[in-house]
Amino acid sequence: MDKLLFGDNQFFGINHMSEEKARAQAMRFQETDAILSVLGSAYDAGIRTFMCTTHDRIGEIVEAQKKDPKRWEGFTYYPCMPYAHKYANAVTEQGMVGALTGFMPDDGLLKTALTGTKALATKDVDGIARVLIDMEMKMFRGQNTPVVFIQNVFTDLLMGMGFHSAFRVFHDHIKEKYNAEPAYITMNMPMLLEVLEGQGIEKPIICSNINKIGFRMSGGFDAYLDALKSGRVRAVAMSVYASGAIPADEAIHWLSELPGVESLVFGASSRGNIEGTKALVDKYMGTS
Amino acid sequence: MSERLRIGVVGLGKMGLSHFAMVNPHPLTDTLACDQPGFITDVLSKNIAAPVVKGFDALMADEALQAVVIATPSKLHAPMVRTALERGLHVFCEKPFCLDWTDSVALADLAEEKGLVNRVGYHYRHVGAFAELKRIVDSGALGRITHVIAEAYGPVVLRSKRATWRTDKTEGGGCLYDYAAHPLNLLNWYFGTPKQVMGSDLGHVFSQETDDQVMSTMRFDNGPVAQLSVNWSDESHRKMSTKITIMGTKGRAYADRQECQVYLREEDENLPDYGKGWSVKYTTELTQDEWFYLRGEEYSAQIARFVEAAIAGKDEAQENTFRSAAETDRTMAMIIENAETGHPVGEAPTPVKPEPRKRGWLRR
Repeated sequence: MDKLLFGDNQFFGINHMSEEKARAQAMRFQETDAILSVLGSAYDAGIRTFMCTTHDRIGEIVEAQKKDPKRWEGFTYYPCMPYAHKYANAVTEQGMVGALTGFMPDDGLLKTALTGTKALATKDVDGIARVLIDMEMKMFRGQNTPVVFIQNVFTDLLMGMGFHSAFRVFHDHIKEKYNAEPAYITMNMPMLLEVLEGQGIEKPIICSNINKIGFRMSGGFDAYLDALKSGRVRAVAMSVYASGAIPADEAIHWLSELPGVESLVFGASSRGNIEGTKALVDKYMGTS
Repeated sequence: MSERLRIGVVGLGKMGLSHFAMVNPHPLTDTLACDQPGFITDVLSKNIAAPVVKGFDALMADEALQAVVIATPSKLHAPMVRTALERGLHVFCEKPFCLDWTDSVALADLAEEKGLVNRVGYHYRHVGAFAELKRIVDSGALGRITHVIAEAYGPVVLRSKRATWRTDKTEGGGCLYDYAAHPLNLLNWYFGTPKQVMGSDLGHVFSQETDDQVMSTMRFDNGPVAQLSVNWSDESHRKMSTKITIMGTKGRAYADRQECQVYLREEDENLPDYGKGWSVKYTTELTQDEWFYLRGEEYSAQIARFVEAAIAGKDEAQENTFRSAAETDRTMAMIIENAETGHPVGEAPTPVKPEPRKRGWLRR
């Protein structure tokens, strides 16, 4: 993994600080060209990996980038699936089985199984999960996706329910079908590490908040540091700036001294912020 | 007093699964999942370690059970909560509490009489920025509050579609119960039950059977007039967005999930951490981590406070009791009556007092 990964929250009106800023970003990035332009700045600054949600809009970005392979040579995607609000809103609207059915391919056997007798479906969570993963991965067909993440809401929902075997299904399917590294985003890193190890998943790639003020590091700051020091996790740090609460230089300097952190993911909308973060990462963490 | 809590989560729909996923990993709980036999109970019983109980009666038959989380469709809340209380269980119920507000009051009476911990899932009271707004209102630093706007918008119903219980008014569906209940509950927290409700409109956008938008004007004692504007057919919002704006003789305050913005005309000794002019506090400084994060600290916090109180076996005047949720149910009943009859519901509030009521700023 590269030291610095480019995130996509800023493109979809997600801002943990302010709803006004979030809306301003949503307005700015409603045109695909505006997103491509910022991705271009990241590329020109030497960033090659885009860690992105499997949002419909990302499909448009991938299509646009495919048309200009020279411009985007070496560009890599780390898909993060699924786009949770799509599912949550569908469940509110259609109920659990209705929503699930809605996301199945129209001609699929599983759709028939879900809408008809429940017998097959209940025994075949494994099969349903694989179909859903494939649906989410469709937009990246033919592209370089060496690492594939589960989004934190899904990771943490499955973990909270104790549905731990789902992680194994995801792990096996991503390795077998996509020849990629399965990875996990969570808000509860120390707890997840234990759960994954319980499924026989060793030294997993886990993306979680890691920041100097302990913002949204659920399970406790010290437990995070212990997990990192143990060498049992390949960590990707997010919310390194804690939504702007920590000055950039201080945040990255602090992070660079932690063991076990392989990468950090950040989102930015301006060339200046992108280049600034890249320079700090090069300075403190070494060029990748 | 026991050290662990045996607790059942009843109703495994969207909210129920979310609650279950937070109760289950709590270090001090032994958790059971419960729903009618069906797709979800089949899938879960094959895949998770926690016991999956098929049917509410079967759960009630569990002799060691100490507490329940009720997250069934709203019309089932009142009978299930009553059964659980009579069985001697501590109860956390998803919002809205009861569709008939007289049930809400009766159940609050019953829970208090039996000394059982009782909570309703109005998680916005656990959002740092809205709790901060409560502190600001109670400090009196805004002066006499005259003008309030309570809003909630989000993308739930964006086209005509088949019916579920959420779209059936008699089952507690619709934008009023699902969305407007939240800003209304915050208004109740800040100002109590409205004295008079007028100008209410429960409007359809895409739904046939129920409301997709809610508007209303509420007059409270001691001056505040609040306007409610809620719409769950608004695709421009990525998810539910709730905001409260409060204007008074000495300043203005605004809160949403992310931040609290305050304008004070003068410094106020009851609110020493805010100066003259604008101040902003962000979620990063208003938030405390809980043991587990799924979808926002507020969801974890309400479960944590309930579990802690149930283990302690006593209810110490905390937020979101049945009593406080009954106020919101009463307020929604006033809005429905007003929308149906076109006549103002309730009496005009007492005349405005010249001085704001002063309360200690530590009291929340």
